[in-house]
Amino acid sequence: MNSVAAKSFDLGTMDALAAGNTPLHRLDARAKLLATILFIVTVVSFEKYSVSALMPFVLYPVFLIAAGDLPAGYILKKALWVSPFALSVGIFNPLLDRRIILNLGEFGISGGWLSLTSILIRFALTVSAALALVALTGVNAICEALMKWGVPRPFAVQLLFLNRFLSVLAGEAGRMTRARALRGFRKRKMGIGTFVQIAGHLLLRAVDRAERVYRAMLCRGFDGRIRLAGDSHIGGREVFFVTAWGALFALFRLTNLPVELGYLLTRIIE
Amino acid sequence: MHMADALISPAVGGAMWAVSGGLIAYSAKKVREEADDRKVPLMGVLGAFIFAAQMINFSIPATGSSGHLGGGMILSILLGPYAGFLTLASVLTIQALFFADGGLLALGCNMLNMGFFTCFIAYPLIHRRIAGNSTDGKRIMTAALLAGVAGLQLGAFAVVIETLASGISELPFRTFVLLMQPIHLAIGLVEGTVTAGIATLVMNARPEILATAGQEAPAGVSVKKTLLTFGAAAALAAGALSWFASADPDGLEWSMLKTSGKEELESGGRLHGLLDSVQKRTAFLPDYNFRKAETAGPGAGQAWPAVDKGTSAAGLIGGLLTLLLAWIAGLALRRRGVKSLSRYNRP
Repeated sequence: MNSVAAKSFDLGTMDALAAGNTPLHRLDARAKLLATILFIVTVVSFEKYSVSALMPFVLYPVFLIAAGDLPAGYILKKALWVSPFALSVGIFNPLLDRRIILNLGEFGISGGWLSLTSILIRFALTVSAALALVALTGVNAICEALMKWGVPRPFAVQLLFLNRFLSVLAGEAGRMTRARALRGFRKRKMGIGTFVQIAGHLLLRAVDRAERVYRAMLCRGFDGRIRLAGDSHIGGREVFFVTAWGALFALFRLTNLPVELGYLLTRIIE
Repeated sequence: MHMADALISPAVGGAMWAVSGGLIAYSAKKVREEADDRKVPLMGVLGAFIFAAQMINFSIPATGSSGHLGGGMILSILLGPYAGFLTLASVLTIQALFFADGGLLALGCNMLNMGFFTCFIAYPLIHRRIAGNSTDGKRIMTAALLAGVAGLQLGAFAVVIETLASGISELPFRTFVLLMQPIHLAIGLVEGTVTAGIATLVMNARPEILATAGQEAPAGVSVKKTLLTFGAAAALAAGALSWFASADPDGLEWSMLKTSGKEELESGGRLHGLLDSVQKRTAFLPDYNFRKAETAGPGAGQAWPAVDKGTSAAGLIGGLLTLLLAWIAGLALRRRGVKSLSRYNRP
C-alpha cells in the first residue's frame, strides 16, 4: 500500500471511530472540545522542568480512550508518527543545559534531561488528548461546535467541504501515484518534474470536479447559503463533565500530588 | 514545520490564536463580500487537492531527501489571498485534528507561519508584482521562486521567535536561526519551482482558470492594514510575553561571561566614558526595566527553577506510582475487551 492510500485509510478509521456509541460519544461536542482545550492549556502552562507534576494529567487521555472504547495502540502509533519535530528541537536541551538540578543517590541529573523529559511528556499528553477528542467526536460535530462558538461561517463551511472531498481527492491521488509506480521500471522515486505533472493534472481534475459539484448543488436548489442541521444541546451531563475535569486540572496544576504520594510512601517504608 | 503544543507556552499560543483568528474573520468577511457562489465548492475541493498533493512525496535532486508541496502560493494564485488563506487554514486544521500534525494550541501559530506569510505577504507583494497576468514561463518561475523563498524564510523565522518566546526549548537564537533558515531556503526554492511548474501547466492546459482567478482577486492587501496588524500583534506579544522573560543572561552575555568572566564589557577611553554618561541619563528603560533600585542580587538568578533535592526523590516515586494508578484506572474503565481495529475492517 503506498503512502497516499495508507493515509486515506487513516481518515476512514478516524471517521469510523467517531461513529461509536459510548456515553462519551453521545456527549455534546462542545463539552469535549472545551475540556480538551482546558487540558492542553493547563499542561503547557507548566514551567520547563516539571516532570512529576505532569503525571496526574495522564488520567484524562486514559479516561477518554478507555471510556470511549478507542484502540490505545492505534492512537499511540499516530502520536509517535508526528513526534519528530518536537523531538528534534527538544533533543538539544540536554546538550545546552548541563546544570545539575536533581540528585538521585550518586547520579546527578542535569536540567537539560529534565526539560527534555518534560517536553516528551507534554507532547504525549497533548497529542493523545487531541487525537482521542477527534476519534470521539468527528469533524462534522466539531465544526458545528465551532460555529456555535462564533467561528465565521465561511470557515466552518470550508472545513465541512474539505472533509467531504478529502477521501475523494486522496483516492484520485492514490490511483495516479500507483499508476506511475507501476509504469516506472528502475526509477522508484518520483522527481520534481514528474510530481509537477501529476499535481498539475490532479489540480485540473479537481477544478473540473468542483465545477460538477457546483452544478449539482445548483440543480438541488443551492442559493448561496449553506444550512446545517444540528441537534446538539447542553445538558447537566455536559456541565458536569467540563466542571469536574476543569476542577481536577486546576487541582493537578496547583498541587504536586505525586510528590505528596511519594512522601507518604517513603514515610510508610521508613 | 508544523509546531507542536509541547514546545509553546499558553501566552504564545493564545496570542498567535488571537492573530490568526482575526485573520480568519477578516478573510471570511472578504470572501462573503465577493459573494461568488462558485467559490464555495471550489475552495473545498482545492483544499482537498492541497491535502492530497501533500501526501505525495517527491525526491529533491542532489540531496537524496524527499519533500512535499506546501500549497499557500498555488492557493493564492488560484483563489486570491483571502479565500486562499481560509483554504490553507482549513487544511492545517484538518491536519491538526486528524493526523495530530501540529498541536491544537499551536494551530494559531501554524496558520500564521504557513498561511499569512505566503498568502498575504509573499503572494501579493512579490509574486503578483512580478508575474501579474503574464504568460511568460520565465517570469512566473522567477516570481514563484522569490515569493516561495520569502514566504518560507519569514515563516521559519516566526517559528524561531515563537519557540524562543515560549521558553521550553533551550536552543539559543543564533543556533536555531542557523538551523532553520538554510533548510527553509532550500524548501522555499523547491516550493517556488513546484508552484511555477503547476501554474505553467494549468496556464497552458486551461488558461481560463487563471484568468478568472486574476479578475476576482482584490488588488493586493493594503500595506497600511498589514502594518497595523503587525503593530497590534507586536504590542500584544511584547506586553504578554515580556512577563515570561528569563532572568538568566542571554546568549551573548552568557558567552561573554564564559570567555571574559564579565557579562558586559567595560571599555576605557574618554569618548566612551562621555557617551556612557549621556546614555545613563537618557535611557528611560535601562536594562529593559523601569528605573528602580536593583534589589535582586546575583543569588536571585538561581532561585528560578527552585527544585529541592528531597522533593525531587519523592516526586520521582510519586510520579511512577501515579502512572501506575492511572493505568489501572484505564483498565478498570474499559467497557469491553476489544483491543484491535479489526471490527472496522470487515468488508
